[in-house]
Amino acid sequence: MGRYVARRLLQMIPVFIGTTLLIFLMVHVLPGDPIRAMWGDKAADPAQVAALRHEFGLDKSLLWQYIDYMKDLFQGDFGKTFGGRQVSEEMSMAFPVTLRLAAVALTIEMIIGIGLGAWAGLKAGKAVDTGVLIFTLIVISMPVFVMGYLARFIFADELGWLPPNVQDSEDLQQLLLPGFVLAMLSLAYVARLTRTTFAENLRADYMRTAVAKGLPRRRIVGVHLLRNSLIPVITFLGTDIGTLVGGAVVTEGIFNVQGVGNLLFKALGQREGTTIVGVVTILVLVILLINLLVDLLYAVLDPRIRYV
Amino acid sequence: MRTASHRSPIRRTLSTGCAGALVGVVALSATACGGGDSGGSGSGIIRSSWGDPPNPLEPANTNEVQGGKVLDMIFRGLKTYDPETGEAKDALADRITTSDQRNYTVTIKRGHRFANGEKVTARSFVDAWNYGALLDNKQRNAYFFEYIEGYDKVHPLSGSPTAKTLSGLRVKDDRTFTVRLTQKFSTWPKTLGYNAYVPLPRAFFTHHAAWLKRPVGNGPYEVASYSKGAVMKLRTRDDYKGPDKPRNKGVDLRVYTDSNTAYTDLQAGNLDLVDDVPAQQLKFVRADLGNRYINQPAGIIQTLTFPMYDSAWRGPAKAKLRRGISMAINRKQITERIFRNTRTPASDWTSPVLRREGGYRPGLCGNACAYDPARARKLIEAAGGLPGGRMTITYNADTGSHKDWVDAVCNSVNATLHSDRACVGKPVGTFADYRNKMAGKQMTGPFRAGWQMDYPLIQNFLQPLYYTGASSNDGHWSDPAFDKLVNQANAASATGAAVTSFQDAEKILAEQMPAIPLWYQNGSAGYSERLSDVVLNQFSVPVYHQIEVG
Repeated sequence: MGRYVARRLLQMIPVFIGTTLLIFLMVHVLPGDPIRAMWGDKAADPAQVAALRHEFGLDKSLLWQYIDYMKDLFQGDFGKTFGGRQVSEEMSMAFPVTLRLAAVALTIEMIIGIGLGAWAGLKAGKAVDTGVLIFTLIVISMPVFVMGYLARFIFADELGWLPPNVQDSEDLQQLLLPGFVLAMLSLAYVARLTRTTFAENLRADYMRTAVAKGLPRRRIVGVHLLRNSLIPVITFLGTDIGTLVGGAVVTEGIFNVQGVGNLLFKALGQREGTTIVGVVTILVLVILLINLLVDLLYAVLDPRIRYV
Repeated sequence: MRTASHRSPIRRTLSTGCAGALVGVVALSATACGGGDSGGSGSGIIRSSWGDPPNPLEPANTNEVQGGKVLDMIFRGLKTYDPETGEAKDALADRITTSDQRNYTVTIKRGHRFANGEKVTARSFVDAWNYGALLDNKQRNAYFFEYIEGYDKVHPLSGSPTAKTLSGLRVKDDRTFTVRLTQKFSTWPKTLGYNAYVPLPRAFFTHHAAWLKRPVGNGPYEVASYSKGAVMKLRTRDDYKGPDKPRNKGVDLRVYTDSNTAYTDLQAGNLDLVDDVPAQQLKFVRADLGNRYINQPAGIIQTLTFPMYDSAWRGPAKAKLRRGISMAINRKQITERIFRNTRTPASDWTSPVLRREGGYRPGLCGNACAYDPARARKLIEAAGGLPGGRMTITYNADTGSHKDWVDAVCNSVNATLHSDRACVGKPVGTFADYRNKMAGKQMTGPFRAGWQMDYPLIQNFLQPLYYTGASSNDGHWSDPAFDKLVNQANAASATGAAVTSFQDAEKILAEQMPAIPLWYQNGSAGYSERLSDVVLNQFSVPVYHQIEVG
């Protein structure tokens, strides 16, 4: 187990360097000069542009810029934006917001998704199963902005149950609406996955054994069936956490959430290389760690799996 | 979908002494104080939409409107522009005198203080201007000081500065300083209403980082708290001595990612003021807000500029071609259908905000800016037709949804020339790349150019754009007669004479048409029933201190 984790952690190093280098290169081959663009339609004077280019190291070769960036990064310095703010400061504003939103969304999709899936799976072929199927189909086929505006119209404008926009991301009530919209798509997948594995595992040998042993139904479904059916769902949720932490540009935009998606979107518009690479670096780390965590969870869920 | 007028059920109690308790509190914790959510309980606070400025709020480094909004509230300069007339009125300036239009003596009023108690003196101005001009400080508005003598030493075109301060600035005593310009510039005092010219307290230089966290100015408001990405709370200063004391208790600038979201919050009663009504809502805004919708001229003009470095477009011989294209554009129809009257067809190269006294003269362009397809076709044919039978209009595709109107302009040209393929839009992916192509003289046909004035003067609409080698002369047009008239105007001692000379220069633009004036842009705003006396100034920024709440 320990050796397995160590090996996985070591494998992360080349993946990490490779992805950051790729992003770095991609951001820097975009055409145009972001420094010049700061003046908008106004003329920029060349002396100042030169001074700023020098300050941000843009006058060096691309490879040197990358090496400098990585050197700073290993000392915990994410660099500065063209506007003169610390990237680490920008990220420390955006990440907690997105994390809170992701937590809300994940909770909703776990509870409702697994619940619906289990229900449909246990009643496979019945009306409930068809109902869940139709619901998930509708949700999957609906674009997120349609869902966003529709949800706001119904729950905020018409019914008045929830606030329409997020002003304060620490207020759970305000995060419910965007969290719900964000959860919807994944919720449908979770429900479908759970339903399928539930329906399959119902026919498994260990289920028959459990029934034959005379175990109460609650224990059969709640422990034996649920635990064994969760493996594909956990895999899906694991990758989904990565997506959620990466921020959701559309949802964040609709509900005024000042999160990572919004930060990335703005940074891309301004070709703010340091911010983009900084955010992506964090995201790469998060996704690598979550993948590892998910792989380790398999062993917990299924004792037959052992890591060497 | 457009009946959203229900109150949000979220109610929070209004804690008293909110602003005071919040001073210095940063980041996320500040939001615990829900004073702004009280919606009509007579708190006297305006809740206004905002976007986080991308850079720290140094006055000489802020060139976008969101940061400018804050500076407008927390600073006062020598002059201020009357939101009604655009006239530059004395604010901190007691008097500004000159005998030769080049050497100026500035005397400031007594009794003004910064929010931290420090007196505003001549030195506060001179230090601030020297800071703004010095290349080492990399201030984006440094060019505002380019007319002051010694600018080339502190801000050379290449290499390091050879002086730290502008030789043209001298402090004479506590209330007086002198300015020597590099050339005659009769209307120079009227430029001093811009934010780049505000005074700065000593703390700006001695405790720079702390100042940036919480800027201290000499204006009617002070920053009570700022949580980035959420809200900046500004409160009125009790000790403010100026004549423009606010008629409200303060302003909460709330950050919105999107103007649509802000607009829905205005409708839901969660916000009092949006100063950008999104294009999608323009159709309904009258029905939604009635007369609480403002749509008035801003100091912005949009043009199509010709690449005068390209032989296909250059020279007086092609003037007919350029004029012909101008006459082929149905400005009225485009401003009505695409912009829903948030822009007005242009018939000179300035802006209505200048008013006639300031040099705005509709119709100065004459026939050349009037839609007349038959004559347009004749003119273009007489000039040998479009170069190669085709033309493109280049624009940047990432911001400002330019595609719609560029396509409409092309349709208008195509209809005039009875050809489907004569004119097509040519998008460039990003604004940064667009600027690069412009600077690299790579434009092969007319291209979009927008100009937002720095100060409401006719000089600012002409000299930076069309003077030979001027900083924003992106079409690289040059005409000795035009330059001569501009010089003459700058040397004139009376404002009226200066304006006449500038207008004479403008007539040369009408003949040569190096840039086609398209339309004047408006500023728009919408506000809630809680507010009254809402007006926008010439820069489309709400005049916050005049707004009454409740």
